[in-house]
Amino acid sequence: MTTYVIRRVLQMIPMVLGVTIVVFAIIQAAPGGPEGALLETGRFIDPQVIENYRERLGVDQPVHVQYVRWLGAAITGDLGVSFSTTRPVAEMIRERLPATLELMGASFLFAAVVALALGVFSAVRQYSTFDHVATGLSFVGIAMPVFWFALILQLVFSVRLGWLPVAGTETVGASSLGDHLMHLILPGLVLSVRYIAGWSRYLRSSLLSVLRADYVRTARAKGLPETVVVGVHAVRNALIPLVSIMALNLAGMFSGAVITETIFAWPGIGRMFVQAMFARDYPLLMGILLLGSVMVIVFNLVADILYGVLDPRIRYE
Amino acid sequence: MSEGHVVHSAPETRGDWGQVWMHLRRHKLAVLSFWVFVLMAAVCLAAPMIARYEFDAIDLSSIRQRPSLQHWMGTDDLGRDLFTRVLYGGRVSILIGLLAAVVGTGLGSAVGAVAGYYGRRIDNALMRLTDLAYSIPTLPLLIVLSAYTAAAAVSMSVIIGLLSWMATARVVRGEVLSIKEMAYVEAARSIGAANPRIIMRHVLPNAIGPIVVGATLAVGNAIILESSLSFLGLGIQPPTPTWGNMLMDAQATMATKPWLTIFPGLAILLIVLAVNFIGDGLQDALDPTGRGS
Repeated sequence: MTTYVIRRVLQMIPMVLGVTIVVFAIIQAAPGGPEGALLETGRFIDPQVIENYRERLGVDQPVHVQYVRWLGAAITGDLGVSFSTTRPVAEMIRERLPATLELMGASFLFAAVVALALGVFSAVRQYSTFDHVATGLSFVGIAMPVFWFALILQLVFSVRLGWLPVAGTETVGASSLGDHLMHLILPGLVLSVRYIAGWSRYLRSSLLSVLRADYVRTARAKGLPETVVVGVHAVRNALIPLVSIMALNLAGMFSGAVITETIFAWPGIGRMFVQAMFARDYPLLMGILLLGSVMVIVFNLVADILYGVLDPRIRYE
Repeated sequence: MSEGHVVHSAPETRGDWGQVWMHLRRHKLAVLSFWVFVLMAAVCLAAPMIARYEFDAIDLSSIRQRPSLQHWMGTDDLGRDLFTRVLYGGRVSILIGLLAAVVGTGLGSAVGAVAGYYGRRIDNALMRLTDLAYSIPTLPLLIVLSAYTAAAAVSMSVIIGLLSWMATARVVRGEVLSIKEMAYVEAARSIGAANPRIIMRHVLPNAIGPIVVGATLAVGNAIILESSLSFLGLGIQPPTPTWGNMLMDAQATMATKPWLTIFPGLAILLIVLAVNFIGDGLQDALDPTGRGS
């Protein structure tokens, strides 16, 4: 197991390197450089000014030269300086990251709890009204565009009912923990809905197949109460494949966070990413994409390791 | 399916698809979804004949109207008829969905087939490439790539397709690994058929089930991706309406004109739901022995 983990960690290095090359090339080669933000003002700008600007940012150099320079600095933890704010990218990300992690963490926990409850009830009461409704809603949850769900929630709970704040993280002048949590409800719900739908469906089918297993019949034959049979024997085994999927999805949540943070003006790295794109802030885009990719790669490994830890039948050599 | 039949030709004869259709019909929801999709696509395609207004016809005498008999879905800030715009928006959204699914599935099938068939180093290299493509978060990458599209529907489809081939590649590779051990592949090889021909004639046609299912689900994914991007203001730009950029427009005035938010979103939900149900039904129909419970 230890050698397996070490080998996998070592394999991550060329993977991350590959990702940086691909992403760097894509960002740099895109038409319309950082000077686009200057040109958008519509006024005439001396071409020499633009030339100087590009030179100062270093984007006048060939891409491979820029990449080597970027990589050399990145290894030491220096992700360069943001074009739009002239502040270190690493610092900007560190500042914004807690908000994103809070949103993702809250959504993850909420989705896990709700999906567990829905999945278990659906499986135990297969083909009941509850099961049919849950199945129908999960299809809707998967097909629904996240941003539209966000708009509808804002419309209903913020605009019409006035129960929850529309956006932001706190009410100016009246901030408190409770106030902050009220701000977290809608974005958290929006980000979690897709995973509630997916995970509860997965748990349902996984539990249904486990409930037909011999050891479940044995547990029932021993005369154990149904709650113990389902809750202890069945659910624990049904969760094994789901846990890996949850670990994978945690990294994928970052994509959803980009949209959710933008709609709810949540000051995390997702919203910062969209702003960076409009400003063509190459170092900031690069830094955030690198972070997102590393998260995916790490959680891939976590998912594989969890799978082996939870299921003793699986052995890594 | 008789043995002889498989050896002679690819299985896409009328008889096989007839069976698929029969299985599919048992899934009433999938069939209903199929007709919903066809109807929506047809209505959007025929928008110039159906709509009573131009999609960009500004009518300042009837701005911000609620849904009514004249304007079924109401009008926007410029008095443009929302129903008309939803139809025209659908043309772009559905076109991108279909085209991106073709690009992504085609690329994924090619990568998966080559990797699975040739094996060894080629397989290793292609699968590492797939892992790499999987490692970059999709939406942020799409946001960066949007700089290349010039906000045109076709280039947008190609780019979305280029981001969504990995799942197909993995599934097809798995299928091909077992198909290439089949007697009919051996037979084709023994009569001297070249590898590309074997892949095209004997291997891929037998992996058509998962490919079709993957392609169907890819349509829905592509529609969601396009609308997300347009919603952020980085996709197809106004005045060309798409369901995504209509929702972006609606966001600012959501409180007073909720219909502008509700209808385009419902259109996305309905079509993606339909496509997903079709994919689900196809999965069961094409794989009657499979996991479907």
